[in-house]
Amino acid sequence: MHKDNCKEIFALLSDYLNLELPPDACKEIETHLAGCPPCIEFAESLRKTVELCRQYRPTELPEPLGARAREELVAAYKKMRASYGSNLPAK
Amino acid sequence: MERDTETALARRLMAGEADAFDRFVEHFRAKIFHYTWLMCGQREDAEEVAQDTLLKVFESFDQLQEPERVRPWVFRIAKNACLMKRRKSIFAPAHELSLDEFMPSKSDSDGAPKLQIADWSSLPDDQVLQSEMREVLGRAIGDLPENYRSVILLRDMEELSTEETAQVLELSEDTVKTRLHRARLALRAKLDDYLTTAGPRTIARR
Repeated sequence: MHKDNCKEIFALLSDYLNLELPPDACKEIETHLAGCPPCIEFAESLRKTVELCRQYRPTELPEPLGARAREELVAAYKKMRASYGSNLPAK
Repeated sequence: MERDTETALARRLMAGEADAFDRFVEHFRAKIFHYTWLMCGQREDAEEVAQDTLLKVFESFDQLQEPERVRPWVFRIAKNACLMKRRKSIFAPAHELSLDEFMPSKSDSDGAPKLQIADWSSLPDDQVLQSEMREVLGRAIGDLPENYRSVILLRDMEELSTEETAQVLELSEDTVKTRLHRARLALRAKLDDYLTTAGPRTIARR
C-alpha cells in the first residue's frame, strides 16, 4: 500500500533533506522510507549529491588582486567610511 | 569561512577597523568569482563582476542593516552585477526542468522505483571530490539551465537559506524550493550515469 505514494515522496525529498517539512509530513516520509528500499536508496543518493555540492569549489581561482583594483576598493571603502562614520556615534 | 566569522568581519569593517578590509575583500572576491564563473564560465567576466560587486558593496556598506546577512546581501549585489554583465542573455527563454523526467521509471509489479544500478553506498562523503567525479559534477552544474544553476549555487554551495536565496534572486520561496529540488535531481541523474558507467573502483583509484 505504501508504495503507491513513491511519487509523492519523490517530490518532497529535498524539502525533507532540508528539514523544511512540517513534522507530520516528515513522519509520513519516514514511514514510507522504512518500507521502501528503492526510495531509501534514492533518498541516500540525493543526500550524497547535496553533500558533493556543498564540497564543490571550482578549480578556477581569481588572479591575485591587482594594485590598481585594490586602490579602487580602498578609495570606495574610505569614501563610505567618511560618510558612514559621520552618522555613527563615536565608539 | 563560517557565517559568524563573516558577520564579525562585516561589523569590524563598519566600525572602521582597516585590518578587516583585506580579509573581507579576499574572502568575498573568491566567492563572487566562483559564483560568476559557474554562472557564465568566463574568467574575465568573473573577475570584473567580482570587482564591480566589491566596489558597490563598499559604496553602499551603510545600507547593510544586519551584518549577519552580509553573505546574502553581497550575493544580491553580485547577482545584479552578473546580470548587467550578461544583459544580452536576460531575455533568453528560460528552460524548465520537469519533475517527471527525474522520477525513476517504475518497475512493472509494484510501482516502486527501480533499484539503481549505480552503487552510491560505496561513495565516501568526503573523498569523492578528489576524483574525476568533481569534474563530472562541475560539468553537470554547467549543464543546468541558468535559473536552476543560480539556485543550487546559492542554496547548496553558499548554503544560504531558502528565504535568503529567494531574496537574492527575487523569487518566491516556493520557486526556490522547486528549482532546488529539480536541480539536485538533475545533478543526481548525471552522477548516477557516471557511477553506472565508471563504477566506484575507477573513482577510488584517482
